[in-house]
Amino acid sequence: MAEILIKNGFVIDPSRKINGDVTDIAIKDDKIVEKVGSGAKVIDARGKVVMAGGVDIHAHVAGPKVNVGRLFRPEDKLFKSPDAQENYRMEMGFSVPSTFKTGYDYARMGYAFVMEAAMPPLHSPHVHEEIHDTPIIDEGALPVFGNNWFVMEYLKNNEIENSAAYVAWLLTATKGYGVKLVNPGGTAAWAWGLNCLGINDPVPYYDITPAEIISGLIKTNEYLGLPHSIHIHQNSLGEPGNYTVTLESLKLAEGVKAKNRFGRESVMHSTHIQFHSYGGDSWANFESKAKEVMDYVNTQKNITVDLGCVTLDETTTMTADGPFEHHLNHLNHLKWANVDVELETAAGVVPYVYDKNIKVCGIQWAIGLELGLYAKDPMRTFITTDHPNAGPFIRYPRIVKWLMSRKAREATLATFKYSDKVIDATNLHGIETERTLYEIAQMTRTGPAKALGLSHMYGGLGPGLDANVAVYDLNVKDMPSDPEKIEKALLRASWFIKSGQIVVKDGEITNHGNKRTVWVNAKMKEKTQVTRDIHEKFLKNYTVGIQNYPVRDYLAPNPFVIDVDVEA
Amino acid sequence: MATITLKPFKTPELILECPNISPDVFAGKSPAEIAELEVREGKTRQKLGDFFGVTGSAGKEAAETDILIEGDCSRVKYIGSKMTAGSITINGNADMYVGGWMKGGKIHVKGNVDSFCGIAMEGGDIIVDGNAQNYVGCAYRGDWRGMRGGTIHIHGNAGNDIGTFMLGGTIIIDKNAFIHVSTHAEGGTVVIKGDVQGRVGGQMVKGDIYVLGNVKYMLPGFKEIDRVNKEIAGESASFKHYIGDLGERHPKSKGKEIYANLYVRAS
Repeated sequence: MAEILIKNGFVIDPSRKINGDVTDIAIKDDKIVEKVGSGAKVIDARGKVVMAGGVDIHAHVAGPKVNVGRLFRPEDKLFKSPDAQENYRMEMGFSVPSTFKTGYDYARMGYAFVMEAAMPPLHSPHVHEEIHDTPIIDEGALPVFGNNWFVMEYLKNNEIENSAAYVAWLLTATKGYGVKLVNPGGTAAWAWGLNCLGINDPVPYYDITPAEIISGLIKTNEYLGLPHSIHIHQNSLGEPGNYTVTLESLKLAEGVKAKNRFGRESVMHSTHIQFHSYGGDSWANFESKAKEVMDYVNTQKNITVDLGCVTLDETTTMTADGPFEHHLNHLNHLKWANVDVELETAAGVVPYVYDKNIKVCGIQWAIGLELGLYAKDPMRTFITTDHPNAGPFIRYPRIVKWLMSRKAREATLATFKYSDKVIDATNLHGIETERTLYEIAQMTRTGPAKALGLSHMYGGLGPGLDANVAVYDLNVKDMPSDPEKIEKALLRASWFIKSGQIVVKDGEITNHGNKRTVWVNAKMKEKTQVTRDIHEKFLKNYTVGIQNYPVRDYLAPNPFVIDVDVEA
Repeated sequence: MATITLKPFKTPELILECPNISPDVFAGKSPAEIAELEVREGKTRQKLGDFFGVTGSAGKEAAETDILIEGDCSRVKYIGSKMTAGSITINGNADMYVGGWMKGGKIHVKGNVDSFCGIAMEGGDIIVDGNAQNYVGCAYRGDWRGMRGGTIHIHGNAGNDIGTFMLGGTIIIDKNAFIHVSTHAEGGTVVIKGDVQGRVGGQMVKGDIYVLGNVKYMLPGFKEIDRVNKEIAGESASFKHYIGDLGERHPKSKGKEIYANLYVRAS
């Protein structure tokens, strides 16, 4: 029986609308409770902020493409790997950190959960092995469905029930969490060297369009009543002028109601929206359309987004959007890795330097922040960097700094070589909004937990929730005039308690925690046609036998399974 | 100028890593303080004074500091790493990574050097009286940013992978080289006064290579376009002028396609 009492901190908990009140948080074992006995360990949080553990809705932190990034970028480790500390594992890498550095850095920032954003189903055993190797933080993984042969074949005939039966089977087989789409149809087209840049472009050889895949998977997802909505990386990522495609895709969610028992209201999560809010028709007249995109998102209560902010670092892009990575490689002429994953997906990896001396990079940086500032509902707009695509996740505190301080934004803008041109192509310079810490807690904790259907575990400090509590050295009543201090405080928590264990003290790791793998077991009545289709495809098309396909239990030795009983 | 003299008195059991042997680190320190600087032997942390006698005095700034190593450093890596000014003279051989990531100043090795001499160098001078092993002036593994500036002059022979991913600066090899010269380069000049086995300029986009001896096996991606008379590294000669690598991309400058140049002495 371990009891902890966090005393006298400024508690910020949007899940209970508590904004900086001085109260105590009590922990018994791995849960937050009303009160504890006098023998509880007391943590003095006087003058400090107390928040729930962070929830990262979208990051690439485990799996084959992450590992390709590690393997083909030894230079990402050079001079960027701190010396090993006694009792802790060696930490390596900057944009693609080793599993241990990933776990440690999230813990130091007070994060409790991260969603691996794209799991190739065929390689899900590898994803789970890496998740298991990443200490402290709880993780889930989203298998990709948007270019899957089964899904495309069922959806072109509008067979939602069959599609649902397949999705349910695959989620269980891969120990996945929800439905991810990456460049729907476009990645399948990439197997023939083609792409689908618009949502009405037919997918070559499949007789279906990206719009039909998106709509069909929204229906499938709500048929199953999964905790999370569909999670989509839209078509035409990174192309000048793509905001029209973005708006068309978002409109596919209009009128659809969320059906689930997890308190989720959204039916579509549109990820790294920064990469999808571009105007102009070339890199020469490239400009921000953040306002147009966010104005629409603001009116649609059933859509959530995450930002995908560019952090102006040298980083590694990695995505299941194979054709995009090929395109990017032709822009920067650096290294390129490309993989095809049989009937399911593809992936590409390319290093990228977001250079503040390049106009386009400056505009991309501004767009990410504009989206975060234009958002009317911080409960539906989440802070991410699409780690590591727009920058590494250790920059989240820096994004918070920019969102909270106009002074910090202007200071960064002033360092750009083409700051005048960036100002002309964006609106950021004229935006005076400064986010509050309460809104930041919504954007990094309560909001993403709700969108993931995990409000009953994460994102708040109410009794009964998991005991994930971060204490930061920030005084709500006397916020620092120097914005750098905000970043510094959030990068290294004073204390972080994960599942009731103190894992960070004074910004350093004290314990390897007891991480869990969160996955969804969607229990749906067997559809004989789907079972037959699965067996046939494994005989005819897959290079592996079906008995070798599912993730064995020993690969996810600390599971937390969310059961979903599908009412047919 | 002030000189610090290091005299090796103990051969390390494992290879010693000494990025701290640099005028930038030594400047402003007393010999006693320098002897306390950390060196790594395998995973253990040792002191510089455990292996070297330290005498003399260091200047206030790196530019005023000369380091003289009186003895053999065949098992000492990373000498002069990241240095920006001043000088290092080694009266003997040196191990890998001499002058790696160097930005300025001068290193003179009177013996031979092992591999990775001047890796990712940005400025300054390295002179090696003897031979160099592989990877002279190359990029770090995986990196696309190789040597950007400065000069490396090897008076003897060099091995393979010279100037990989080179972007600027000059490498001069007085004798022969083995294979892979200026692979992936996008700038810089490599001069080989002796013979090269082959694979010269593979995937090279921009930059110059001069070979005053023979290239035994030419790459098919290079095309002879004319003959020119040139003076390079103190020698005048008539050269066969090749452009390449034709299989690579060709960026344009002022409407004109850019190629790398390979000049091979016409016999």
